[in-house]
Amino acid sequence: MKFLDEYRDYSAVQKMAQTIRRGTTLPWTIMEVCGGQTYTIVKTGLQDLLPDKITLVHGPGCPVCVTPVAMIDYAVAIAQRPEVILCSFGDMLRVPGSMQSLFDAKASGADVRILYSPLDALKVARSNPKREVVFFAVGFETTAPANAMAAWEAKRENIQNFSMLVSHVLVPPAMEAILSSPDCRVQAFLAAGHVCMVMGFDEYLPISQKYRVPIVVTGFEPLDLLEGVRMVVAQLESGRAEVENQYARAVRRSGNRPAQHRIAEVFEVTGRAWRGIGEIPSSGLRLREAYRHFDAESRFEVEIGHREESSECIAGLVLQGLRKPHQCPAFGTRCTPDRPLGAPMVSSEGACAAYFHFGRRKEDGNSILSIATAGD
Amino acid sequence: MAILSCPLPRPATDRILLAHGGGGRLTNQLIESVFLSAFSNPVLDSRHDGAVLSANGVRLAMTTDTYVVHPLLFPGGTIGDLAVNGTVNDLAMCGARPFALSAGFVLEEGLAMETLRTIVASMQAAAKVANVPIVTGDTKVVDKGKGDGLFLNTTGVGVVVAPKTVGPESVRAGDAVLVSGELGAHGIAILSVREGLEFEGPVRSDTAPLWSAVEALFEAGIEVHCLRDLTRGGLSSALNEIASVARLRITVDEVAIPISDVVRGACELLGLDPLYVANEGRFVGFVPESEVDHALEILRSQAVSAGAMRAGTVHEDSSGIVTLRSRVGCHRVLDMLSGEQLPRIC
Repeated sequence: MKFLDEYRDYSAVQKMAQTIRRGTTLPWTIMEVCGGQTYTIVKTGLQDLLPDKITLVHGPGCPVCVTPVAMIDYAVAIAQRPEVILCSFGDMLRVPGSMQSLFDAKASGADVRILYSPLDALKVARSNPKREVVFFAVGFETTAPANAMAAWEAKRENIQNFSMLVSHVLVPPAMEAILSSPDCRVQAFLAAGHVCMVMGFDEYLPISQKYRVPIVVTGFEPLDLLEGVRMVVAQLESGRAEVENQYARAVRRSGNRPAQHRIAEVFEVTGRAWRGIGEIPSSGLRLREAYRHFDAESRFEVEIGHREESSECIAGLVLQGLRKPHQCPAFGTRCTPDRPLGAPMVSSEGACAAYFHFGRRKEDGNSILSIATAGD
Repeated sequence: MAILSCPLPRPATDRILLAHGGGGRLTNQLIESVFLSAFSNPVLDSRHDGAVLSANGVRLAMTTDTYVVHPLLFPGGTIGDLAVNGTVNDLAMCGARPFALSAGFVLEEGLAMETLRTIVASMQAAAKVANVPIVTGDTKVVDKGKGDGLFLNTTGVGVVVAPKTVGPESVRAGDAVLVSGELGAHGIAILSVREGLEFEGPVRSDTAPLWSAVEALFEAGIEVHCLRDLTRGGLSSALNEIASVARLRITVDEVAIPISDVVRGACELLGLDPLYVANEGRFVGFVPESEVDHALEILRSQAVSAGAMRAGTVHEDSSGIVTLRSRVGCHRVLDMLSGEQLPRIC
C-alpha cells in the first residue's frame, strides 16, 4: 500500500536501526509524545531494535487517557437524560467514570452512538429535531479543527438541538509540565506529527531553548519513529537542542493555517485538569463566548456524585514517563482492558493497553516475548 | 505538579454489554461463567464449533448459530446466505458434510415483505450451492421495536467424514497454520454500509460455504488436525482459542497473512486491526509440515480457498499464547480481542 509499505519496509527499518546503534555512545531517555506513536512502537516491537542505551518512555498524548474522570461522569449523566443522544468517538465509551462508563450507560438504556466525525453529529441533530444531540468533543490539536467546524456549522445553520461537551487539551503545555517536574528524566521529545500538521512547530522553539531539549516532529510508521530517534540521538550526542522536522511529508513549519483560524474562531485557551496529572494552566480549549450556547455543560444541569479515588493506579506517573506500565503492581492482574483501573489500560493509544495486548508484561518489559521468540 | 490518582474500578459487570457478543475475552468469560457451568458435559466442554455425537456407529456433527447482522442486506450477501453458510461452515470445521438445516425466523412487525423474500431467496440459493436441504423451520413475529427487522437462527446436522478427530486437541507441535484466503472483507463490507458510518469501499462480504474446500482436503487424504472458521474476533481470536486449548504456542508471520489492499486501507483509516475483523468465508487449517505443499495445492484449486497461504507454525510451549513476527522483523504477542474493537480518536 503506497505511503505505508515504504515506511514499514524490513530492510529500510533494519538499516535505520543499525545507524542508530552506531551513533549511540551514551544512555538517553526519549519520550514519544503521542499515543499513536506508542502504539506503533509497542505493536511492532521497535524497542527491540534499539541499543540498550536508548530508553523510550511514553508520553501523555492519548486523548482518552487524559480526559478527567469528572468529564466522563458529566457525559454519562447527560447521556442518561431521555431527550439526549450522546455522540462520541468510539474509544471514549470504555473509559471508566467514577461509577459508570458510557458503555455501561448504553447497556442501561442511554442513547449513545459512536461516530467517526463530529460533523456526523450535526446530521444526527438534523434528522432528530426533537432530541438533544450532544457531541463529546475530546482530543488534542488534531481533533480540534473538526470539532470547531461542527460548532461553526451548527451556528451557521442555527441548529438549536446540538451542543458539545468540550474537553480539549493542548500538547505544548503538557510537555512543559513534564519538563518542569523535579523528577523529569526526559532528555528529548519525538513530537506528535499530526498535532504539528495542524499547528506547525514554531511553538516548540521556546520549549527547546528554555529546557535545552531536542524536539523532533515525528510521524507514526516504524521508519518514521526510528528516523525521529536517529535525529534526536544525533542532537543529544553532539550537545545540540533544536527543533527539527522528520515528518516533512505531512508537516509544514506554519501548519495548517485555515484549520488554526477555525480553531481560534470557535475556541479559546483555558486551564484544564488532566486525568492522573492534575490542573495544567492554559493547557486546554473551551468554546468562546459567541459559541457558549453550544456548551453542553451549561445547557444541561446535571449532578455528578462524589468521586472515589484509588491509590493503586499510577496513570499519572505513566503519562509523565516516570514509570513504565508493567512497573505498576496492578498491571495485568487487578487492572486489565476488561477491568481497567485507569484510562491508559482502555484506549488502544494508552501505553498500558498497548503493553498488555502486545505482551510487554514483566519487569524487564520483555519476558513473554523472550519465551515466545526462543526457538524461532 | 500534583499527582492525582485514577478512580476505583467499576463494579463487576452486572449487565450484558455488547462486548459479551464480540467473540473476545468477555464472550469467553460469559460462556465459562454462565453457560458451561450450567450445561457442562464432555461434548460441550470440548468447545468446538459444533458437537460431534455418535449414534449407532454413525458420527454426526450438530451446530447452531443465530444471526443478528445489521443491515440485513449488504454488499456481497444478506443475513440469509450468511445464516446458511455460517452453519454449513461450522459443520465443515468439524470435518462433517452438511446433511440438513433448520431455520428459525424472528420477524419484527412492519418488516417489508420484499426484504423477507430477498432474504429467503438468498437462503435458497446458498443451500443449493452447499447442497443441503432446509428441512424444518419456525416463525415468530414480535412487536415493532422489539427486533431489528429480522433475527435468524439456523441449526445444522452433518455426517462426519474426517477419519480422525478434527479439533484443537489434535494440533501438534510442528504443525503448519494455513489461512484459506484474504481476511477481513466481511467485517469491512458490513462497516462500510452500517448506519452513521460514512465509509464506502468497494468491499464485498466473503460469505461462502467452505465445505467444498474442506472436502477436497479429506478426499486428497490430507491429515487435517484442526479447522476453525474465522468469524467473530477474526484470525487472532481463533488462533488464541486453539493455542489455549492445545496448550501449544502458535507463531504467525505478519507478511504471510493474506489481506487485500482495500481491507488494509480501510482498517488503517478506521483504526482497526484486520486480524480481529470478522470473516464469513475464511478458515484456518492445521496440517503436519510434510503435508503443507499438497494441502495448499488442493486449497488453491478450490474457488473459495484460491488465496490460501501458509501463515505460521505451532511450537512446543505450554504457554498457550500466539505470537506474531511483525513486518519489520520484531516479535510480539497476538492477543485475544478485549471488548469490542473500537475506532481510535486520532
